[in-house]
Amino acid sequence: MPIASLPNPIPVLPELFLAGVAMALLLLGVFQKAGGKGDDVRSSRLISVLGVITLILTLLLVMTVARGGAVSTFGGMFVTDAFAVYLKVFVLIASALSLVIAEDYLEHQNSARFEYAVLILLATLGMMLMVSANNLISLYVGLELQSLALYVVAAFQRHDLRSTEAGLKYFVLGALASGMLLYGASLVYGFAGTTDFTALATLFAKGQAGAPALGLVIGIVFILVGLAFKVSAVPFHMWTPDVYEGAPTPVTAFFSVAPKLAAVGLLVRVMIGPFGELADQWQQIVVFISIASMALGGFVAINQRNIKRMMAYSSIGHVGYALIGLAVGNQVGVRGILIYMAIYIFMNLGVFTCILCMRRGGAMVEDIDDLAGLSKTHPMLALALAIFMFSMAGIPPLAGFFSKLYIFLAAIEAGLYALAVIGVLTSVVAAYYYLRIIKVMYFDDVTDALDKPVRREIGLVIFGTSAVILLFFLLPGPLLDGAGAAAAALFTG
Amino acid sequence: MLEIGLSHYLTVAAILFALGICGIFLNRKSVIVILMSIELMLLAVNLNLVAFSAALNDLVGQVFAMFILTVAAAEVAIGLAIVVVYFRNRGSIAVDDINLMKG
Repeated sequence: MPIASLPNPIPVLPELFLAGVAMALLLLGVFQKAGGKGDDVRSSRLISVLGVITLILTLLLVMTVARGGAVSTFGGMFVTDAFAVYLKVFVLIASALSLVIAEDYLEHQNSARFEYAVLILLATLGMMLMVSANNLISLYVGLELQSLALYVVAAFQRHDLRSTEAGLKYFVLGALASGMLLYGASLVYGFAGTTDFTALATLFAKGQAGAPALGLVIGIVFILVGLAFKVSAVPFHMWTPDVYEGAPTPVTAFFSVAPKLAAVGLLVRVMIGPFGELADQWQQIVVFISIASMALGGFVAINQRNIKRMMAYSSIGHVGYALIGLAVGNQVGVRGILIYMAIYIFMNLGVFTCILCMRRGGAMVEDIDDLAGLSKTHPMLALALAIFMFSMAGIPPLAGFFSKLYIFLAAIEAGLYALAVIGVLTSVVAAYYYLRIIKVMYFDDVTDALDKPVRREIGLVIFGTSAVILLFFLLPGPLLDGAGAAAAALFTG
Repeated sequence: MLEIGLSHYLTVAAILFALGICGIFLNRKSVIVILMSIELMLLAVNLNLVAFSAALNDLVGQVFAMFILTVAAAEVAIGLAIVVVYFRNRGSIAVDDINLMKG
């Protein structure tokens, strides 16, 4: 037996590439000329463009490596299957788009620094590790790699009190969540004797006599709570509105898509994979979290005046809908979650890109009332935002309708009628505040027009995301097939 | 003679963990105390893992504890950096003063 055999590097190739390039870009950024006027902006632009290219190359690598079914490496710590590949593709798309829209904002706020792109790359690397984790240890390391980078980007505008306050709050509650998750992981390790997901699944599938050990159930609940913090589900959502409002807008856009997608994916993998046989123990909790998130997301958002804060409550509500699929707990439910989250990232990125255009006299404005009369001053922007809002409210034939449809269908097929009915009712409530924005844009009088020229790349992102949302119903096949294959990969084990 | 077994370690760890959580929520004075509470929680987890590792005769728990120690160091470094930046803007790190955004 060799003393140390090298693990198979092929399944981790995209991650290795991303990690190497992120560090190389950090070095490159440090060696750029600094100190002079415009130097920061120049190096920030360079690293940002290279970062976007890196993410696209990583995406191509992920798709190349994907051919060949589920492969695990590093002693079973890391697995590449259709589920992980599906999530990685959308995480990378979301990260790349949010890096594209960030540059303009950062330059306007005099906080363009090359570290931003490097931190986004590292956070993305953490997310890719999270969705591929097949062991409690690699889960924790991936989660922390993502979180540590996110704490810093939340406080990225370091001379702005609100941004630093957002960073501080996110740090404290994120660390608390990690602590809970770890405590749960330690209990699961102690009572099951292993941290490997595959080993845990076979252990529970054998089925011990009677109920599982109490310590094990407590451990699973702690893990569930820790992950519920990360996806910002009620009652662990209290950090979300403050962080979304305080963090710089492109950072909020990033927070609301990529980390949320990765955390939902992780939650699904952990609950369905190793703990799938113990569904009786956690299903009730997920049902409760889901209902509470949908209700809070629907009702509290009505009173918000700040559009970023409103979007925070909206994202809490969306997580509630996605969790219906987890409560169902079968292949159809997981497929529903995957479709929902994929469409959600395009809607949310589109809305936040529109928010990035809300600038008056060079300064950012964030009140919903500032959108008054947008249809007269910026007809195209208003049209795009209207498409996103209709889609969020679930009006057919926009993509948001289909995402809700598949989730509710899964719930009805599984006999969870109460969940489906509550979901439909809360989405009616939520439709009120989505439609209010359209009313403000189209029927209120212009008070003060927003600034005119919209940078080209921002316009392109808005155009692309709204086209995806608007035309999804013409070509839904690839997404539905991908989500179906990904869900199947999770259940065949 | 009292034999110190697994359950004693687990009890101590559970008490430490609960103290850490209480420290985060009940403390009204300083963010530094919150950082200390977070550290207390992570160390309680480490105690758990090492106790289980010894009881199960399995090394994975101790490897896990090593990872947690390393990540906790990085986490506190970032936490302290954010606290310093916040102090420069606000002039205070009292928990009651972190109240700019509400609702």
